[in-house]
Amino acid sequence: MNEEHTTDYAIKLDIFEGPLDLLLYLIKKNEIDIYNIPVALVTEQYLQYLKMIKSLNLDLAGEYLVMASTLIHIKSKMLLPEPEEPEEEEEEDPRAELVRQLLEYQAFKEAATNLGERPILERDVFTRTAFLPEETEKSTATEEELIEVSIFELIEAFHRLVSRIDKKELLEIDLEKMSLTDIINGIMERLANEKNLTFDELLGERKERWRIIYTFLALLELVKLRMVKAYQTSAFGVIRIFPAVES
Amino acid sequence: MENIKSIIEALILASEAPLVLEKICAVLPETGKTLIKEAVGELIEEYKERQGGIYLQEVAGGLQFRTRPELGDWVKKLKSTKPASLSPAALETLAIVAYRQPIVKTEIESIRGVDVGYQLKGLLEKKLVRIVGRKDVPGKPIIYGTTKRFLEVFNLKDLSGLPTLRELKELHEQQEPIEDYSST
Repeated sequence: MNEEHTTDYAIKLDIFEGPLDLLLYLIKKNEIDIYNIPVALVTEQYLQYLKMIKSLNLDLAGEYLVMASTLIHIKSKMLLPEPEEPEEEEEEDPRAELVRQLLEYQAFKEAATNLGERPILERDVFTRTAFLPEETEKSTATEEELIEVSIFELIEAFHRLVSRIDKKELLEIDLEKMSLTDIINGIMERLANEKNLTFDELLGERKERWRIIYTFLALLELVKLRMVKAYQTSAFGVIRIFPAVES
Repeated sequence: MENIKSIIEALILASEAPLVLEKICAVLPETGKTLIKEAVGELIEEYKERQGGIYLQEVAGGLQFRTRPELGDWVKKLKSTKPASLSPAALETLAIVAYRQPIVKTEIESIRGVDVGYQLKGLLEKKLVRIVGRKDVPGKPIIYGTTKRFLEVFNLKDLSGLPTLRELKELHEQQEPIEDYSST
Protein backbone atom coordinates (compact mmCIF):
# COMPACT_ATOMS: atom_id res chain seq x y z
CA MET A 1 0.00 0.00 0.00
CA ASN A 2 1.59 3.27 -0.98
CA GLU A 3 1.41 6.60 0.79
CA GLU A 4 -1.00 8.16 -1.64
CA HIS A 5 -3.60 5.56 -0.83
CA THR A 6 -3.00 6.00 2.84
CA THR A 7 -4.01 9.64 2.83
CA ASP A 8 -6.97 8.87 0.65
CA TYR A 9 -8.27 6.39 3.21
CA ALA A 10 -7.54 8.64 6.12
CA ILE A 11 -9.74 11.37 4.76
CA LYS A 12 -12.62 9.03 4.18
CA LEU A 13 -12.52 7.29 7.53
CA ASP A 14 -14.92 9.27 9.61
CA ILE A 15 -17.70 9.40 7.05
CA PHE A 16 -18.54 5.73 7.27
CA GLU A 17 -21.59 4.88 9.26
CA GLY A 18 -20.59 1.24 9.57
CA PRO A 19 -19.28 -1.79 7.68
CA LEU A 20 -22.16 -1.74 5.17
CA ASP A 21 -21.51 1.89 4.42
CA LEU A 22 -17.83 1.17 3.89
CA LEU A 23 -18.67 -1.70 1.54
CA LEU A 24 -21.06 0.47 -0.45
CA TYR A 25 -18.34 3.06 -0.76
CA LEU A 26 -15.88 0.47 -2.07
CA ILE A 27 -18.45 -0.80 -4.57
CA LYS A 28 -19.13 2.69 -5.83
CA LYS A 29 -15.44 3.61 -5.93
CA ASN A 30 -14.55 0.56 -7.99
CA GLU A 31 -17.66 0.92 -10.16
CA ILE A 32 -18.68 -2.61 -9.30
CA ASP A 33 -22.01 -4.19 -10.21
CA ILE A 34 -23.64 -4.79 -6.87
CA TYR A 35 -25.20 -8.04 -8.11
CA ASN A 36 -21.81 -9.36 -9.14
CA ILE A 37 -19.32 -8.32 -6.49
CA PRO A 38 -15.73 -9.47 -7.03
CA VAL A 39 -15.38 -10.66 -3.45
CA ALA A 40 -11.62 -11.10 -3.54
CA LEU A 41 -11.03 -7.49 -4.57
CA VAL A 42 -13.54 -6.01 -2.17
CA THR A 43 -12.30 -8.12 0.73
CA GLU A 44 -8.76 -7.02 0.12
CA GLN A 45 -9.68 -3.35 0.06
CA TYR A 46 -11.96 -3.73 3.04
CA LEU A 47 -9.17 -5.26 5.11
CA GLN A 48 -6.85 -2.46 4.05
CA TYR A 49 -9.29 -0.01 5.53
CA LEU A 50 -9.45 -1.91 8.78
CA LYS A 51 -5.65 -1.87 8.99
CA MET A 52 -5.76 1.84 8.40
CA ILE A 53 -8.27 2.41 11.17
CA LYS A 54 -6.13 0.36 13.54
CA SER A 55 -2.92 2.18 12.59
CA LEU A 56 -4.63 5.45 13.42
CA ASN A 57 -5.51 4.03 16.82
CA LEU A 58 -9.16 4.66 16.24
CA ASP A 59 -11.71 2.52 17.96
CA LEU A 60 -12.67 -0.24 15.64
CA ALA A 61 -16.25 -1.20 16.18
CA GLY A 62 -16.73 -4.94 16.50
CA GLU A 63 -19.20 -4.85 13.64
CA TYR A 64 -16.37 -4.12 11.20
CA LEU A 65 -14.61 -7.31 12.23
CA VAL A 66 -17.78 -9.36 11.88
CA MET A 67 -18.15 -8.10 8.33
CA ALA A 68 -14.49 -8.89 7.62
CA SER A 69 -15.02 -12.49 8.64
CA THR A 70 -18.22 -12.65 6.57
CA LEU A 71 -16.34 -11.42 3.53
CA ILE A 72 -13.53 -13.91 4.01
CA HIS A 73 -16.08 -16.68 4.47
CA ILE A 74 -17.82 -15.79 1.21
CA LYS A 75 -14.49 -15.54 -0.56
CA SER A 76 -13.43 -19.01 0.57
CA LYS A 77 -16.80 -20.46 -0.43
CA MET A 78 -16.43 -19.05 -3.88
CA LEU A 79 -12.96 -20.50 -4.24
CA LEU A 80 -14.25 -24.00 -3.65
CA PRO A 81 -14.55 -26.01 -6.84
CA GLU A 82 -18.06 -26.75 -8.06
CA PRO A 83 -19.24 -30.16 -6.91
CA GLU A 84 -18.80 -32.67 -9.74
CA GLU A 85 -22.18 -34.19 -9.27
CA PRO A 86 -24.72 -31.44 -9.55
CA GLU A 87 -26.85 -31.41 -6.46
CA GLU A 88 -30.60 -31.49 -6.69
CA GLU A 89 -31.06 -28.08 -5.25
CA GLU A 90 -29.21 -25.34 -7.00
CA GLU A 91 -26.75 -23.84 -4.54
CA GLU A 92 -27.40 -20.21 -3.78
CA ASP A 93 -24.73 -17.69 -4.62
CA PRO A 94 -22.79 -17.22 -1.37
CA ARG A 95 -22.96 -13.47 -1.97
CA ALA A 96 -26.75 -13.35 -2.14
CA GLU A 97 -27.37 -12.55 1.53
CA LEU A 98 -24.72 -9.83 1.55
CA VAL A 99 -26.15 -8.28 -1.61
CA ARG A 100 -29.60 -8.25 -0.06
CA GLN A 101 -28.22 -6.56 3.04
CA LEU A 102 -26.31 -4.01 0.99
CA LEU A 103 -29.31 -3.13 -1.15
CA GLU A 104 -31.51 -2.78 1.89
CA TYR A 105 -29.01 -0.56 3.63
CA GLN A 106 -28.51 1.49 0.49
CA ALA A 107 -32.26 2.02 0.24
CA PHE A 108 -32.47 3.37 3.76
CA LYS A 109 -29.38 5.47 3.34
CA GLU A 110 -31.10 7.08 0.39
CA ALA A 111 -34.34 7.42 2.34
CA ALA A 112 -32.40 9.15 5.12
CA THR A 113 -30.94 11.62 2.64
CA ASN A 114 -34.41 12.27 1.27
CA LEU A 115 -35.72 12.89 4.77
CA GLY A 116 -32.94 15.35 5.45
CA GLU A 117 -33.76 17.22 2.26
CA ARG A 118 -37.43 17.67 3.09
CA PRO A 119 -38.63 21.09 4.22
CA ILE A 120 -37.89 20.71 7.91
CA LEU A 121 -39.78 22.58 10.58
CA GLU A 122 -37.75 25.38 12.18
CA ARG A 123 -35.09 24.97 9.51
CA ASP A 124 -36.89 25.59 6.22
CA VAL A 125 -40.50 26.10 7.15
CA PHE A 126 -41.95 27.92 10.10
CA THR A 127 -45.35 28.04 11.66
CA ARG A 128 -47.11 30.90 13.35
CA THR A 129 -45.81 29.77 16.70
CA ALA A 130 -45.39 32.60 19.07
CA PHE A 131 -48.02 32.76 21.68
CA LEU A 132 -47.25 34.38 24.98
CA PRO A 133 -47.06 32.01 27.90
CA GLU A 134 -50.05 33.82 29.40
CA GLU A 135 -52.17 32.63 26.55
CA THR A 136 -50.98 29.07 26.74
CA GLU A 137 -53.79 26.59 26.66
CA LYS A 138 -53.73 24.30 29.61
CA SER A 139 -53.90 21.24 27.42
CA THR A 140 -50.84 22.26 25.44
CA ALA A 141 -48.90 23.39 28.46
CA THR A 142 -48.16 19.83 29.47
CA GLU A 143 -46.82 18.95 26.03
CA GLU A 144 -44.38 21.79 25.93
CA GLU A 145 -40.93 21.60 27.24
CA LEU A 146 -41.23 22.74 30.80
CA ILE A 147 -38.48 24.17 32.88
CA GLU A 148 -38.54 23.28 36.53
CA VAL A 149 -38.83 26.40 38.63
CA SER A 150 -36.58 27.10 41.58
CA ILE A 151 -37.67 28.58 44.86
CA PHE A 152 -36.06 31.86 43.81
CA GLU A 153 -38.26 32.17 40.80
CA LEU A 154 -41.29 31.48 42.97
CA ILE A 155 -40.22 34.27 45.29
CA GLU A 156 -39.75 36.61 42.37
CA ALA A 157 -43.22 35.80 41.08
CA PHE A 158 -44.59 36.44 44.52
CA HIS A 159 -42.84 39.77 44.64
CA ARG A 160 -44.29 40.81 41.30
CA LEU A 161 -47.74 39.91 42.46
CA VAL A 162 -47.51 41.78 45.73
CA SER A 163 -46.21 44.87 44.03
CA ARG A 164 -49.25 44.80 41.78
CA ILE A 165 -51.91 45.00 44.49
CA ASP A 166 -53.47 48.24 45.49
CA LYS A 167 -51.46 50.15 48.07
CA LYS A 168 -54.61 51.06 50.02
CA GLU A 169 -55.24 47.47 50.85
CA LEU A 170 -52.01 47.33 52.76
CA LEU A 171 -53.65 49.14 55.61
CA GLU A 172 -56.51 46.73 56.00
CA ILE A 173 -56.33 44.34 58.89
CA ASP A 174 -58.42 41.29 58.43
CA LEU A 175 -59.03 39.30 61.53
CA GLU A 176 -60.70 36.46 59.79
CA LYS A 177 -57.75 34.13 59.61
CA MET A 178 -57.38 30.86 57.83
CA SER A 179 -54.91 28.19 58.70
CA LEU A 180 -52.11 27.23 56.36
CA THR A 181 -53.47 23.70 56.38
CA ASP A 182 -56.77 24.91 55.00
CA ILE A 183 -55.03 26.68 52.16
CA ILE A 184 -52.82 23.67 51.43
CA ASN A 185 -55.83 21.39 51.32
CA GLY A 186 -57.60 23.87 49.09
CA ILE A 187 -54.71 23.96 46.66
CA MET A 188 -54.41 20.17 46.49
CA GLU A 189 -58.13 19.83 45.96
CA ARG A 190 -58.12 22.29 43.09
CA LEU A 191 -55.06 20.71 41.53
CA ALA A 192 -56.74 17.33 41.60
CA ASN A 193 -59.60 18.77 39.56
CA GLU A 194 -57.76 21.11 37.26
CA LYS A 195 -54.43 19.32 36.71
CA ASN A 196 -52.40 22.51 36.78
CA LEU A 197 -52.84 26.08 37.91
CA THR A 198 -50.92 29.32 37.84
CA PHE A 199 -50.29 31.29 40.98
CA ASP A 200 -52.77 33.83 39.72
CA GLU A 201 -55.44 31.24 39.19
CA LEU A 202 -54.84 29.84 42.65
CA LEU A 203 -55.70 33.21 44.13
CA GLY A 204 -58.69 33.88 41.93
CA GLU A 205 -60.26 37.29 42.36
CA ARG A 206 -59.52 37.50 46.06
CA LYS A 207 -56.16 39.15 46.07
CA GLU A 208 -55.97 40.31 49.63
CA ARG A 209 -52.47 40.59 50.94
CA TRP A 210 -52.89 37.94 53.62
CA ARG A 211 -54.31 35.49 51.11
CA ILE A 212 -51.39 36.02 48.76
CA ILE A 213 -48.94 35.46 51.57
CA TYR A 214 -50.73 32.39 52.85
CA THR A 215 -51.04 30.91 49.37
CA PHE A 216 -47.39 31.58 48.77
CA LEU A 217 -46.37 30.00 52.05
CA ALA A 218 -48.58 27.03 51.28
CA LEU A 219 -46.89 26.65 47.91
CA LEU A 220 -43.43 26.79 49.42
CA GLU A 221 -44.47 24.15 51.87
CA LEU A 222 -45.95 21.96 49.13
CA VAL A 223 -42.85 22.28 46.97
CA LYS A 224 -40.69 21.38 49.96
CA LEU A 225 -42.83 18.35 50.68
CA ARG A 226 -42.65 17.46 46.98
CA MET A 227 -46.40 17.33 46.75
CA VAL A 228 -46.45 19.77 43.86
CA LYS A 229 -44.05 20.74 41.12
CA ALA A 230 -43.62 24.18 39.68
CA TYR A 231 -42.79 24.65 36.01
CA GLN A 232 -42.57 27.46 33.53
CA THR A 233 -42.33 27.33 29.76
CA SER A 234 -39.65 29.97 29.50
CA ALA A 235 -37.54 32.21 31.66
CA PHE A 236 -39.83 34.79 33.30
CA GLY A 237 -42.81 32.89 31.94
CA VAL A 238 -45.90 32.13 33.94
CA ILE A 239 -45.25 29.56 36.63
CA ARG A 240 -47.59 26.62 36.63
CA ILE A 241 -48.17 24.39 39.58
CA PHE A 242 -48.64 20.67 38.89
CA PRO A 243 -49.50 17.93 41.36
CA ALA A 244 -46.34 15.90 41.88
CA VAL A 245 -48.13 12.58 41.54
CA GLU A 246 -50.57 12.34 38.70
CA SER A 247 -53.75 10.81 39.97
CA MET B 1 -69.09 28.62 -0.30
CA GLU B 2 -66.98 31.76 -0.10
CA ASN B 3 -68.11 32.19 3.45
CA ILE B 4 -67.21 28.66 4.45
CA LYS B 5 -63.77 29.06 2.96
CA SER B 6 -63.18 32.21 4.98
CA ILE B 7 -64.31 30.50 8.17
CA ILE B 8 -62.00 27.54 7.56
CA GLU B 9 -59.11 29.89 6.79
CA ALA B 10 -59.72 31.69 10.08
CA LEU B 11 -59.92 28.44 12.02
CA ILE B 12 -56.62 27.20 10.62
CA LEU B 13 -54.87 30.43 11.49
CA ALA B 14 -56.29 30.46 15.01
CA SER B 15 -55.38 26.84 15.70
CA GLU B 16 -52.16 26.11 17.56
CA ALA B 17 -51.65 22.59 16.28
CA PRO B 18 -52.38 21.41 12.74
CA LEU B 19 -56.18 21.61 12.46
CA VAL B 20 -57.89 18.31 11.75
CA LEU B 21 -60.92 18.06 9.50
CA GLU B 22 -63.09 16.75 12.33
CA LYS B 23 -62.60 19.97 14.26
CA ILE B 24 -63.66 22.05 11.27
CA CYS B 25 -66.73 19.84 10.92
CA ALA B 26 -67.51 20.35 14.59
CA VAL B 27 -67.47 24.13 14.12
CA LEU B 28 -69.57 23.90 10.96
CA PRO B 29 -72.11 21.19 11.79
CA GLU B 30 -74.54 22.43 9.13
CA THR B 31 -72.02 21.99 6.34
CA GLY B 32 -71.39 18.61 4.80
CA LYS B 33 -67.99 17.02 5.08
CA THR B 34 -67.55 16.84 1.31
CA LEU B 35 -68.24 20.54 0.99
CA ILE B 36 -65.70 21.32 3.69
CA LYS B 37 -63.14 19.09 2.01
CA GLU B 38 -63.82 20.88 -1.24
CA ALA B 39 -63.34 24.27 0.39
CA VAL B 40 -60.08 23.12 1.98
CA GLY B 41 -58.86 21.91 -1.40
CA GLU B 42 -59.69 25.27 -2.96
CA LEU B 43 -57.90 27.10 -0.15
CA ILE B 44 -54.77 25.03 -0.64
CA GLU B 45 -54.90 25.80 -4.36
CA GLU B 46 -55.41 29.50 -3.77
CA TYR B 47 -52.35 29.72 -1.56
CA LYS B 48 -50.37 27.72 -4.08
CA GLU B 49 -51.39 30.06 -6.91
CA ARG B 50 -50.71 33.15 -4.90
CA GLN B 51 -47.03 32.23 -4.47
CA GLY B 52 -46.84 34.36 -1.36
CA GLY B 53 -44.86 33.99 1.82
CA ILE B 54 -47.08 31.36 3.35
CA TYR B 55 -48.81 28.27 2.10
CA LEU B 56 -51.34 25.83 3.44
CA GLN B 57 -49.79 22.47 4.22
CA GLU B 58 -51.46 19.20 5.13
CA VAL B 59 -49.32 18.03 8.01
CA ALA B 60 -49.70 15.29 10.63
CA GLY B 61 -53.29 14.70 9.54
CA GLY B 62 -54.26 18.36 9.86
CA LEU B 63 -53.95 21.72 8.17
CA GLN B 64 -51.38 24.34 9.01
CA PHE B 65 -50.09 27.57 7.54
CA ARG B 66 -46.37 27.42 7.03
CA THR B 67 -43.81 29.77 5.58
CA ARG B 68 -42.61 28.85 2.12
CA PRO B 69 -39.49 26.64 2.29
CA GLU B 70 -37.58 28.93 -0.10
CA LEU B 71 -37.92 31.74 2.41
CA GLY B 72 -36.41 29.76 5.26
CA ASP B 73 -33.18 31.73 5.30
CA TRP B 74 -35.05 34.98 5.81
CA VAL B 75 -37.25 33.72 8.60
CA LYS B 76 -34.21 32.24 10.32
CA LYS B 77 -32.74 35.73 10.56
CA LEU B 78 -35.74 36.75 12.58
CA LYS B 79 -35.53 33.78 14.89
CA SER B 80 -32.71 33.25 17.29
CA THR B 81 -33.39 29.57 17.83
CA LYS B 82 -31.25 27.08 16.03
CA PRO B 83 -32.99 23.92 14.93
CA ALA B 84 -31.60 20.75 16.42
CA SER B 85 -29.93 19.08 13.46
CA LEU B 86 -29.78 15.35 13.00
CA SER B 87 -26.58 13.48 12.18
CA PRO B 88 -26.55 11.13 9.18
CA ALA B 89 -26.55 8.22 11.63
CA ALA B 90 -29.62 9.59 13.40
CA LEU B 91 -31.37 10.23 10.09
CA GLU B 92 -30.66 6.68 8.91
CA THR B 93 -32.05 5.27 12.14
CA LEU B 94 -35.08 7.51 11.90
CA ALA B 95 -35.69 6.50 8.29
CA ILE B 96 -35.59 2.82 9.20
CA VAL B 97 -38.05 3.35 12.05
CA ALA B 98 -40.32 5.42 9.81
CA TYR B 99 -40.48 2.86 7.01
CA ARG B 100 -40.39 -0.32 9.06
CA GLN B 101 -42.41 0.56 12.14
CA PRO B 102 -43.34 -1.06 14.43
CA ILE B 103 -39.74 -2.21 14.79
CA VAL B 104 -37.41 -3.40 17.55
CA LYS B 105 -33.83 -2.27 18.07
CA THR B 106 -32.17 -5.47 16.81
CA GLU B 107 -34.08 -5.20 13.54
CA ILE B 108 -32.81 -1.65 13.03
CA GLU B 109 -29.31 -2.80 13.86
CA SER B 110 -29.42 -5.66 11.37
CA ILE B 111 -30.25 -3.15 8.62
CA ARG B 112 -27.68 -0.54 9.63
CA GLY B 113 -25.03 -3.07 10.58
CA VAL B 114 -24.10 -1.11 13.69
CA ASP B 115 -25.38 -0.41 17.19
CA VAL B 116 -28.21 2.15 17.26
CA GLY B 117 -28.76 2.55 21.01
CA TYR B 118 -27.32 6.04 21.12
CA GLN B 119 -29.26 7.19 18.06
CA LEU B 120 -32.54 5.83 19.38
CA LYS B 121 -32.04 7.63 22.67
CA GLY B 122 -31.49 10.92 20.86
CA LEU B 123 -34.55 10.40 18.67
CA LEU B 124 -36.67 9.57 21.71
CA GLU B 125 -35.47 12.74 23.43
CA LYS B 126 -36.30 14.80 20.35
CA LYS B 127 -39.74 13.17 20.43
CA LEU B 128 -39.40 12.01 16.83
CA VAL B 129 -39.60 8.38 17.89
CA ARG B 130 -41.69 6.83 20.61
CA ILE B 131 -42.02 3.52 22.38
CA VAL B 132 -45.09 1.77 21.00
CA GLY B 133 -44.97 -1.27 23.21
CA ARG B 134 -43.09 -4.45 23.87
CA LYS B 135 -42.81 -7.40 21.54
CA ASP B 136 -44.16 -10.65 22.89
CA VAL B 137 -40.96 -12.64 22.44
CA PRO B 138 -38.31 -13.65 24.98
CA GLY B 139 -36.71 -10.57 26.46
CA LYS B 140 -39.78 -8.46 25.62
CA PRO B 141 -37.85 -6.02 23.43
CA ILE B 142 -39.18 -2.49 23.09
CA ILE B 143 -41.04 -1.68 19.89
CA TYR B 144 -40.44 1.73 18.34
CA GLY B 145 -42.49 3.90 16.03
CA THR B 146 -42.52 7.49 14.84
CA THR B 147 -44.51 10.26 16.50
CA LYS B 148 -46.92 12.91 15.33
CA ARG B 149 -44.08 15.32 15.94
CA PHE B 150 -42.07 13.44 13.30
CA LEU B 151 -44.77 14.21 10.72
CA GLU B 152 -44.84 17.85 11.80
CA VAL B 153 -41.07 18.28 11.65
CA PHE B 154 -40.71 16.59 8.27
CA ASN B 155 -43.67 18.33 6.66
CA LEU B 156 -45.57 15.10 6.12
CA LYS B 157 -49.34 14.67 5.88
CA ASP B 158 -49.10 11.07 7.07
CA LEU B 159 -46.72 8.12 6.82
CA SER B 160 -47.97 7.26 3.35
CA GLY B 161 -46.49 10.60 2.30
CA LEU B 162 -43.03 9.08 2.62
CA PRO B 163 -41.51 8.37 -0.79
CA THR B 164 -41.28 4.67 -1.62
CA LEU B 165 -37.94 3.01 -1.12
CA ARG B 166 -36.55 2.87 -4.63
CA GLU B 167 -33.87 0.22 -4.36
CA LEU B 168 -36.06 -2.10 -2.36
CA LYS B 169 -38.75 -1.93 -4.97
CA GLU B 170 -36.21 -2.75 -7.66
CA LEU B 171 -34.93 -5.64 -5.60
CA HIS B 172 -38.40 -7.07 -5.26
CA GLU B 173 -39.02 -6.72 -8.95
CA GLN B 174 -35.82 -8.62 -9.64
CA GLN B 175 -36.67 -11.39 -7.27
CA GLU B 176 -40.28 -11.93 -8.06
CA PRO B 177 -40.82 -11.45 -11.76
CA ILE B 178 -42.65 -14.74 -12.10
CA GLU B 179 -45.16 -13.89 -9.40
CA ASP B 180 -45.74 -10.56 -11.06
CA TYR B 181 -46.66 -12.18 -14.34
CA SER B 182 -48.97 -14.68 -12.74
CA SER B 183 -50.86 -11.99 -10.89
CA THR B 184 -51.63 -9.92 -13.99
